[in-house]
Amino acid sequence: MNVPENLRYAESHEWILVEGDTGTVGITDHAQAELTDIVFAEPPPIGKKLAAGDVAAVVESVKAASDIYSPVSGEVIARNEALEADPALLNTDPFGSGWIYKIRLSNPGEMDALKDSAAYTAQIGA
Amino acid sequence: MVDFAGWEMPVQYSGILAEHRTVRESAGVFDISHMGEFFVVGSGSAAWLDSLLTNNVTALASGAAQYSLMLNERAGVIDDLIVYRLGAQSFLLVVNASMIEEDAAWLRARLVAGVEFENASADYGALAIQGPSAGGIFKKLFDREMPAERNRVLRIGEDFVVTTGYTGESGFEWLMPAGVASSAWRRVLDAGAKPCGLGARDTLRLEMCYPLNGSDLSPERTPLEAGLGFFVDLGKPDFVGKAALVAQKAAGVPARLCALRVTEKAPPIRPHYPVWIGGNLVTETTSGALSPSLGEGIALAYLPVEFSKPGQEVEIEVRGRRFRACVRKKPLYHKET
Repeated sequence: MNVPENLRYAESHEWILVEGDTGTVGITDHAQAELTDIVFAEPPPIGKKLAAGDVAAVVESVKAASDIYSPVSGEVIARNEALEADPALLNTDPFGSGWIYKIRLSNPGEMDALKDSAAYTAQIGA
Repeated sequence: MVDFAGWEMPVQYSGILAEHRTVRESAGVFDISHMGEFFVVGSGSAAWLDSLLTNNVTALASGAAQYSLMLNERAGVIDDLIVYRLGAQSFLLVVNASMIEEDAAWLRARLVAGVEFENASADYGALAIQGPSAGGIFKKLFDREMPAERNRVLRIGEDFVVTTGYTGESGFEWLMPAGVASSAWRRVLDAGAKPCGLGARDTLRLEMCYPLNGSDLSPERTPLEAGLGFFVDLGKPDFVGKAALVAQKAAGVPARLCALRVTEKAPPIRPHYPVWIGGNLVTETTSGALSPSLGEGIALAYLPVEFSKPGQEVEIEVRGRRFRACVRKKPLYHKET
């Protein structure tokens, strides 16, 4: 199971890549493998203000809808429009072209509460 | 794995989409050991079942099976089941897992002289082998041709093999003593079937608009509302629920279980999503899924009869937004021939 070292992870299986004051958020390889066959994704609208732990997006497999929680607080500044036409990007490239949204962090200190790759790897037992 | 009526069962093995495609294109196998098996024997058994179930048991030939329903006095559905006629005075009933105890208690409470009832659910395992290649698997397993007719019951050793299913594909269901079920599973895989879980079972049956008890059937809805009148013989002298059905038929059914297909890009439809017509909330979906064969959302819902004709436009609400859908003729999926 792929768990890149340059990312931070939420216990609820989201990853975040922070560059400056901007974070890119997606779901982990482990999460997509558990969900399988993602057929619909609804990223948050640009401008939406999220608190850490808020429902930010919904992804749906054939069988079930799953909420995606924002790992940090801030304002949504971009959403991955490609997911509408090809939600399977979440399965095939979860850490790359399957990203879900970008957020301007309002409280960068929240990053300290997220896991590094070793801690997340331990969580999922990989 | 999920809990299903006390059974730990896989939703999927390789993935719902792949398993669904396997059954439509080649052959899949479902472990249906959770289903219940009741034996009914004795000189009065046919008449007794005819007094309790909607379909005509007396007219059922030995070696044949029929779909039937067990109703309450209001004609609401307690359970749907398959009745196998094993002989002149011998029947096997296959019932839903979640209803085994309730069905058995209901039947036992109505036992009459000349009828013996046995709940043998714990003694049998069962597999459903479904798909266009199922006939070849049947031949490998049993060294004979699969009957071409649907609903044929074969007794092979201690096993029962029946050309029934819940997918719309050709195939058979195989009941065997529980002790040999796991070896039967391996034999079916060796013969070329791919393992399939509850998820694909649900999308396959929903494309065919086969109802699921507890979702599409309930004690509050009659078989006439569910579109199952074909399996109800109102010409029989009497059965539980008949009077209510006769009255409902005379008055006209208030609602019908309709097949819906989404007509714009929308999230997958799920059970219990609100259904709107002309700005009014009229009902909710009883089942819903993304149809793997059609690539669109499909659902079943009880619509007031004036809105139940194919072509009727509706809206299905998903997380506060409404998406256009249309009543379609059943089934939603047609095999290309």
